[in-house]
Amino acid sequence: MSVWPVLIGMALVTYLLRASFLLLPPEVETPALLKRALRYVPAAVLTAIWVPEVFAPGDERLLAGVVAMAVAWRWRGTFATIAAGLLALHFFEWLT
Amino acid sequence: MLPGIFPFGVITGVAMVASGIEPLVAMAMSIAVFAGASMVASAQLLASGSPALLVILATLFINLRFMMYSASLRQHFAHAPLRVRLLAAYLTADNAYGLLLGREGDESSKLHYFLGAGASIWIAWQVSVAAGILVGAGLPAAWRLEFAAPLAFVAMSVPLLRDRAMAGAAIAAGVTVIAAQGLPLRLGLAAAALTGIAVGLLLERRRT
Repeated sequence: MSVWPVLIGMALVTYLLRASFLLLPPEVETPALLKRALRYVPAAVLTAIWVPEVFAPGDERLLAGVVAMAVAWRWRGTFATIAAGLLALHFFEWLT
Repeated sequence: MLPGIFPFGVITGVAMVASGIEPLVAMAMSIAVFAGASMVASAQLLASGSPALLVILATLFINLRFMMYSASLRQHFAHAPLRVRLLAAYLTADNAYGLLLGREGDESSKLHYFLGAGASIWIAWQVSVAAGILVGAGLPAAWRLEFAAPLAFVAMSVPLLRDRAMAGAAIAAGVTVIAAQGLPLRLGLAAAALTGIAVGLLLERRRT
C-alpha cells in the first residue's frame, strides 16, 4: 500500500477540522450545545491516547506514568513531564 | 511555550521513523498534516498494517479538538478576510490556541498575535521534527524513547483537568479506551471521545 493517499487523506481531514467553523459566514451562530460538547474533546481524546500505553499491568510503565502525571499536574511543563517519566521508567526497570 | 514544542517535535520525528515511515514521507506529513499526536498514532497504525481508511478515521478523532479551537477562534476572527481565516486555520495548534486564551486586547491585535504565535510554533515544530527524523534511527532502543510519546500526551492532558467535569470526561475516556481494547485498533478512541464528552456534559449540568 502506498502511503501517499493516506497522507493526503489525513491532511484533508485535519485541515477541514481546523477550518470548519472559521469558514462559516460571520452572521451564523455556533450552536450552544455543540460549543459545550467540544470543550471536553481535548481532555477526553488526549487522555485516551496515552492511557493504553501506560496502563499495562505489572509493568514499570504504569509506575513511570504515575510519576509523569504528578509532575504534569504540579509543574505543567512538557519537557519536565517527559524527562521525569523516562527517568522513572529506567529507575523502576533497574529496581526490578 | 516554545521550549515545550522541541521535545515533542523531536519525539514525533523519532517515533515516525521508528515505526518504519520513510524520512521524506514523515517530513511531508509534518508539513501537510501539522498535528503531532495524529502523526505518531498513524505512524504506528501504518506500521501495523492497518487499512488506509482506519488510519484516516483515527486522525479524524485525534484531531477533533481542532474543531473546538475553530469554534472558539471564530468568536474572535469571524470578520477577518477569508484568506486570513484560511491561514489561521492551517496554523491552529494546541499551543497557539492556549497562548491566545491568555491574551488580552481587541480582535485585530488578537488576530495578529495568533498568526505570529502560530508561525513561530510552525517553524519550531518543523525544525524539531526534522531533527527527530534525522537522529531517529541512530538512537539506541535501550533508551526507550518510544515511551516519550505517551508521556507528551500526559503532559498535554493532565493540566486540563482543573474542574470536575473535565476530570470526569478524561477518566471516562480513559476507562472506555481500556474497556474497548478488544475493538479493532484505534476505534476505541472514538468510543472514548464520545463517552468522555457525554460524561463531561452530564457533570457540568449537575453542578449548575
